[in-house]
Amino acid sequence: MSNYRIQGATGEWEVVIGLEVHAQVTSQSKLFSGAATAFGAEPNTQVSLVDAAMPGMLPVPNRECIRQAVRTGMAINAQINKWSRFDRKNYFYADLPQGYQISQLYHPLVGEGTIEVILDEKDPEGSTKTIGIERIHVEQDAGKLMHDQHPTMSYVDLNRSGVALMEIVSRPDMRSPAEAGAYLAKLRQILRYVGSCDGNMDQGSMRADVNVSVRRPGEPFGTRTETKNVNSVRFVMAVVESEARRQVGVIEDGGQVVQETRLYDPDKNETRSMRSKEDAHDYRYFPDPDLLPLELDDAFLEECRASLPELPDAKRHRYETALGLSPYDAAQLTLEVETFQQFEEMLDAVVKASGKAERDLAKRVANWLLSERAGVLKGIDQGAAHPKNTVAANVALIVAANDGVISGSKAKEIFAAYLTSDIDLAAEIEANKQTSDTGAIEAAIAKILADNADKVAEFKAGKEALFGFFVGQTMKAMQGKANPQVVNELLRKALA
Amino acid sequence: MMSANLTELGVAAIRDGVAKGEFTAVEVAEAFNANVAAASALNAFIVATPEKALEAAKATDAKRAAGQPLGKMGGVPIGMKDLFATKGVQTTAASHILEGFTPQYESTVSQKLWDAGAGMLGKLNLDQFAMGSSNETSYFGNVISPWRRNDGGNAALAPGGSSGGSSAAVAARLAPAATGTDTGGSIRQPAAFVGISGIKPTYGRCSRWGIVAFASSLDQAGPMARDVRDCAIMLEAMAGFDPKDATSLNLPVPEWEAGLNGDLRGKKVGIPREYRMDGMDADVAASWDRGIEWLKDAGAEIVDISLPHTKYALPAYYIIAPAEASSNLARYDGVRYGLRDLPDGAGLQDMYAATRAAGFGAEVKRRILIGTYVLSAGFYDAYYTQAQKVRTLIAQDFKNAFTQCDVILAPTAPTAAFGLGEKSDDPLSMYLNDVFAVPASLAGLPAMSVPAGLNREGLPLGLQIVGKPFDEQGVLNAGLAIEARAQFSAKPEKWW
Repeated sequence: MSNYRIQGATGEWEVVIGLEVHAQVTSQSKLFSGAATAFGAEPNTQVSLVDAAMPGMLPVPNRECIRQAVRTGMAINAQINKWSRFDRKNYFYADLPQGYQISQLYHPLVGEGTIEVILDEKDPEGSTKTIGIERIHVEQDAGKLMHDQHPTMSYVDLNRSGVALMEIVSRPDMRSPAEAGAYLAKLRQILRYVGSCDGNMDQGSMRADVNVSVRRPGEPFGTRTETKNVNSVRFVMAVVESEARRQVGVIEDGGQVVQETRLYDPDKNETRSMRSKEDAHDYRYFPDPDLLPLELDDAFLEECRASLPELPDAKRHRYETALGLSPYDAAQLTLEVETFQQFEEMLDAVVKASGKAERDLAKRVANWLLSERAGVLKGIDQGAAHPKNTVAANVALIVAANDGVISGSKAKEIFAAYLTSDIDLAAEIEANKQTSDTGAIEAAIAKILADNADKVAEFKAGKEALFGFFVGQTMKAMQGKANPQVVNELLRKALA
Repeated sequence: MMSANLTELGVAAIRDGVAKGEFTAVEVAEAFNANVAAASALNAFIVATPEKALEAAKATDAKRAAGQPLGKMGGVPIGMKDLFATKGVQTTAASHILEGFTPQYESTVSQKLWDAGAGMLGKLNLDQFAMGSSNETSYFGNVISPWRRNDGGNAALAPGGSSGGSSAAVAARLAPAATGTDTGGSIRQPAAFVGISGIKPTYGRCSRWGIVAFASSLDQAGPMARDVRDCAIMLEAMAGFDPKDATSLNLPVPEWEAGLNGDLRGKKVGIPREYRMDGMDADVAASWDRGIEWLKDAGAEIVDISLPHTKYALPAYYIIAPAEASSNLARYDGVRYGLRDLPDGAGLQDMYAATRAAGFGAEVKRRILIGTYVLSAGFYDAYYTQAQKVRTLIAQDFKNAFTQCDVILAPTAPTAAFGLGEKSDDPLSMYLNDVFAVPASLAGLPAMSVPAGLNREGLPLGLQIVGKPFDEQGVLNAGLAIEARAQFSAKPEKWW
């Protein structure tokens, strides 16, 4: 349970949050037409006769969109309704060519499910909370108005008109900005794992309507407001905080919270009223007579289930148990799809190249990916998308370091050089091969001990910490190419 | 053959005559084009397209010369109800709001007819958005029936509606056949009013794609022609599964023409007792009784059946159809096509209001208002939900009845054609004209009207046959049995 409280002038307030997330379904074509869905196309170039609501045009459901929504439902352990139906939500607006949005009010495709969130990402062993999902339904997106094209007129771009959205409605189960943020992040992670939504919030592929109310702890729910179209995790958290504080202020000043729709202004970090319940639309929902009820058969559901990938929680658990990774590493590696994909690809290749077991290599690969490589990239001010940051290059370095061909620090140096110049990676590894030639190392050690007789004496007198100094000196003398293990052994012998 | 005689021919005779080389398709097209051009007093066409009819005829003649198959409708020119989108030819639904609208697409049904070798004589007048039973709601003026009463007066009569241009054109020999659409009797009632045949197939037989929608769950296209055989031929050309219409039936199209058989031995014909209403028109009642005798003569057994919820059909229809229409017609908003009325300084809402006020006729507005009302919050359950329950009960009535009989015989309409203006001030009495037609529409059943004789005023009366789902053949065969015995050969005396 969250202990988040707003300190008002009259005491403590608890905040209650529910999110309605609109997630654009990943599909080649729209929910009821064959028009393309790619982001960023020229206005009105992805519009079919159906999307423009020409007379006599009819919607035909896109099986892929239904499939993606069903898979999403399965990923949150939700009830999948084998019988669902589309309804029309009627209202007039210039971005809504039909004069109604095809949605699902009465019989949604997906029923109740749950999502478990870790409240602090950096503390994966910390507390978790289960957030209820009320439903997921499928609906059409609207077009977009452009107000900056003409001094007195607005223009309409229908590229988005008819694109499939999943509306994922949570229960009012969240009690703090952190919980709301964690929920949205987790939902995004699941959608991206499933592949049903690309999760690009900056492109509008995912946006949240944030329902917020406040109450005295333990009392019934207060009146809620809904802040529309919030498009980042950070903004959702900010909306919860600012809107809750505003509501507390209203109530403590003797006023009442009005049930209304609000908009978030990120520049001022505040919400403002958009329309109140009084001028809310009567949407006149009724079953769309152009469409038959959607009936899903067992074979379809089975196919959906079989196509689900390993999901975030299961993957994290497997990394900890089967691969022996720390909870922190497991959480980091499984956060983004791209990260775990690289990790698994590298681990696979390293296993093949070295012939060793996954479990013996996972930590090595994880360290390289999360820490060493990340450090190299940061050091040269580059991201993971660097064109030479290939799995093959990474694997060559991990294997060479793991087999003791080069040292770990050498691997980082080589990688940085490789990314920033046109050296040949294999040749560079070969050139920096560390030596286990005991004769050469013994000679180097002998010289160092002779040159530092005072330190040898101190060491022998019990200053154990000086061992590192001798290792460093030896490595330096060997130009970093000596096998550290061999150096250790020989030094111990020489200092004995 | 003289062109005057060619326009006396129906679909089968033209198709066969062209195929045998007795006359050319161009001769046929020219003959009908001439009749269309000379009949402007009937106002049956909104737009005549003689060049389209000729073009198709030339193609048919060329195919014949090349020895290629001519198609089911090869060489037959037809009228196209102006509810079907025709590529490059104005499509208005007889409304001002779509005046000048020229689709960039062809409706599935009209395309199938062109593919079958038919040609287009023009776009036929109708009640605005197919809402009406007399053709008086057309923005382009009402169609006048070619029929007159035998009282020596010249009162202009209604051709029925909404497919009144279609009925008038076929009866007046301006076209051998025409397309109609039937939502609550719009093929059957006008066919009955002018002494021709027309069939509304099972809901889903004909694609709705490209037909301007009135009430999606009821709208169904069908042929209107001189006789039963012609209807069978044309329906074969119009019907078929269309992946672009989600409510389209995925069934093969039977060979209805080949299956025609007026021998009804072994068949049972149900006579619904609830249709014999108090104060029923004596001529209509007598015509029904004659129909019963004819079907007995054809070998059928007559059984008394009950359709207990009949009296609720009309109220339910006048909730469901307007509800769907109020939503279907929301797309006519002045934003993308058709009429736009933008008063000085108007905003978006003002533009909607002005455009729709100017663009829709009184009856269309009435139904949009009714439909909006029955779907609004607080009224939805009392009206729309209740009407849907009634609809289910009516379908169940028919299902029960069809355990006792194969087809049902009833009058098509409670009266013969009425005079223009006689009912236009009284919507309720106008709606009552659909009382026998509406139940089969609500149940989605195939139903046809065939001419059964003249009343005491010398005006045609129709008999209606309603069949089981998908059993158009049974309906056509019963129609054929009546046709053979009614020997209906009356035609309107030319006055136009």
